[in-house]
Amino acid sequence: MKPARGILGLVLLVGCTTQSDPPPPEESGEELSGGALTVFDETRDAYSRPAPNLRSDFDIQNRFFVGNSFFNQNWVTAPSTTEGRDGLGPTFNATSCSACHFKDGRGAPPTLETEEFLGLLLRISVPGVDAHGGPRGVPGYGGQLNHRSILGVPAEVRTRVTQQLQGGAYDDGTPYELAAPVYALSEPAFGAFPPDMMVSPRVAPAVFGLGLLEALPESVIVAGADPDDADGDGISGRVNRVWDPELGAETLGRFGWKANQPSLLAQNTGAFLGDMGITSTLQPDENCPAGQDACAVALHGGMPEIDDSKIEAVTFYTRILAVPGRRHWEEQRVVDGKAHFSELGCARCHTPQWTTSATADVPELQNQHIRPYTDLLLHDLGDGLADGRPDFLATGSEWRTPPLWGIGLVQTVNRHTRFLHDGRARSLAEAILWHGGEAAASRDRFRALSSAQRGELLAFLESL
Amino acid sequence: MPRSSAARLFQMASLVVAAACAPTTTGRDSGPAACEFPALGQDVAARYAEGVAADYARVLTLAQAMKTAVDGFVAAPSANGLEAARTAWLTARLAYGETEVFRFYGGPIDDETSGVEGQVNAWPMDEAYVDYVEGSATAGIINDANNQITGASLLALNEQGGEENVATGWHAIEFLLWGQDQSAVGPGARPFTDYVTAAGGTATNADRRRQYLGVVTEQLIVDLTALRDAWAPGAAYRTSFLADSKVAVGRMLRGMGALGGAELAGERMSVAYEEKEQEDEHSCFSDNTHNDIISNARGIQNVWLGRYSDGTSGVGLKALVSARNEALANRLDGEIAASMTAVNVIPPPFDQAILGEDSATGRTSIRAAIEALRTQTDTLVEAATAVCIQLSVEVE
Repeated sequence: MKPARGILGLVLLVGCTTQSDPPPPEESGEELSGGALTVFDETRDAYSRPAPNLRSDFDIQNRFFVGNSFFNQNWVTAPSTTEGRDGLGPTFNATSCSACHFKDGRGAPPTLETEEFLGLLLRISVPGVDAHGGPRGVPGYGGQLNHRSILGVPAEVRTRVTQQLQGGAYDDGTPYELAAPVYALSEPAFGAFPPDMMVSPRVAPAVFGLGLLEALPESVIVAGADPDDADGDGISGRVNRVWDPELGAETLGRFGWKANQPSLLAQNTGAFLGDMGITSTLQPDENCPAGQDACAVALHGGMPEIDDSKIEAVTFYTRILAVPGRRHWEEQRVVDGKAHFSELGCARCHTPQWTTSATADVPELQNQHIRPYTDLLLHDLGDGLADGRPDFLATGSEWRTPPLWGIGLVQTVNRHTRFLHDGRARSLAEAILWHGGEAAASRDRFRALSSAQRGELLAFLESL
Repeated sequence: MPRSSAARLFQMASLVVAAACAPTTTGRDSGPAACEFPALGQDVAARYAEGVAADYARVLTLAQAMKTAVDGFVAAPSANGLEAARTAWLTARLAYGETEVFRFYGGPIDDETSGVEGQVNAWPMDEAYVDYVEGSATAGIINDANNQITGASLLALNEQGGEENVATGWHAIEFLLWGQDQSAVGPGARPFTDYVTAAGGTATNADRRRQYLGVVTEQLIVDLTALRDAWAPGAAYRTSFLADSKVAVGRMLRGMGALGGAELAGERMSVAYEEKEQEDEHSCFSDNTHNDIISNARGIQNVWLGRYSDGTSGVGLKALVSARNEALANRLDGEIAASMTAVNVIPPPFDQAILGEDSATGRTSIRAAIEALRTQTDTLVEAATAVCIQLSVEVE
């Protein structure tokens, strides 16, 4: 007989000391960040766990493993005996999903100037829009720079990033330093880049809990938008409307740093093609822009290279990965930090709570009360963070509010603390300090906090 | 008690050892109030360390025999020489399979910084990165004179790919010995003449191919030697492993759970079962996957029984669990034996067994083996609890 496992289905690390009576939680069940899809795991595998409420069914469990396998395993050059996994490239950024989303977690920019990008990529475009209202590709290069390639095919470019430090100080005089990235593109293989080319760096976000975000009713997300700041709070969340290749129509954007992807299926097939060069039913054409002749004639790994059942398994996998539960949520300093989070106005965009649709496709995802800390809307974060590259309705200074759940475990899982869309922030405090635009007032209030209060706010974020 | 889906899936994966102190009861955790790790654990851990050392030593010996065969073949390529090298590979591979249960806890094989697993056993193999493939006669490092062929240069090329290793290890050697498997019923059929430079040669750069096979085999010897040495009596890793027998036993359990559940039943069998990809199998060039599965399962049973290749008897986990809960130990013993039976009746070759209707003999036997391994892994978590070790999981 197994020991009882508590209401969460699994007990993990056990404390060595008996805690004195903790203060009552401010909010019942707030530690359950992902509702019934919450796991309590503080190890390197915190982001890699299947939903505890996943059905006990031979086929469903196999499906999880199929998705896990195609998320983790390398794609190889075609032709190969491993027919189901060949077709890499011809140009690409990485050879597997997990290369950038390591341990289902978050990527980071390289720490050395000589280091190759892994977990960070550059989107590019020229002014104007494509046939679907999205960014217009750069002639000869397309919409994303692929810095790697299979043997015999030239890579598009060599990418480097360095940092430019800039000083600042909290109101109490404590100095801080922020590091702005500076990108250098060299060895363009298909002609000089046009002078009006816009470049948007993006790091790989963590992939757990995404099914829950997909299961939020569109109407509820849209209801949170306040495009003209009608309520006069200085915050004007906007929805992105993007092209959905599955529907063949425009729809709400939910995923990606600029909410430029409508669904996990669209996101995943887009990443398979754009990042690894793997074609699918939704993205059937190899990513070989006109003029990339060796790319165009390279052998492919089937048409498409990843078939529907596999892409569906990967999508199921990304839907069903569980959300890490909170740690230390009852500690006073965390409770105080949560209060600051609200008082500073952070929660106006990082919306704490939602309930998923009762009719979500995957039964495990239905009716879940979740705490992702995002409104999934676009907000202007000011010039400091702007990439200057519009993406559907998102302007060059707008970003989608990213979820904050699990953010306190990035260091544990990914061994780094790099945050924001390009990983420029080297800590959570730096990430806050980079906020501008609609978030400038909140950032200023953060700068005005005492050292102890700042510590409480950060302790709250670390508890997520 | 019906097993919840969550518990089942978690148990398929692997295990986290709880804090070294005795568990206490908290609001969310209703584990046992006091649980003392059995003193016998020290003997069980010691026997394991002894066994791991013996098993790696055996693999090394067999790999050295393979190296001798490879060297002979490379010096004077012949059909018989190729056959001898293949036979030596199959023999050594079987022994290696039994050592895979020593993975999954950051030991010498897969330590985050110094582990050699990636260069020893990487899969899938990017054949076209190494040598010609059908449709691309000049592919690969072998056919690219710009690439040096030395142990160091191949390892450097591995790293160039970023996160995985594709140029060295068991499957690179396998590919060089068998070639691509284009046959529905048999393994790859690379002719020995791929290694012949003079008249009669069937592929360009035979000299570089000979060099590559020799170098990559030598690199495997280097890596296996490091593994044997890390587990030798008095070696630093072995000493640290034995410093805390409860932690050590937790690692043993983690290896068994992770290999049997997420790795073997999950990635290695259920994926192939679901996808029916003829070559979605580990030893795809040699059609040796059924033996990989058997030797992996046997490795788990070895740790359970304390049975290793040195032939001496000693205490395994079975004895430890039995001391606390004999009925549970007997049940798990039966389940592990049932898994062995189940994997042994999968009809080779594996890439054919996965095909056809779900009612086909091959598929029913694979499904039964997956379910047996999952059941065994479920019970393993119960057994761990019986000896005061909390097991959790990851699925990578």
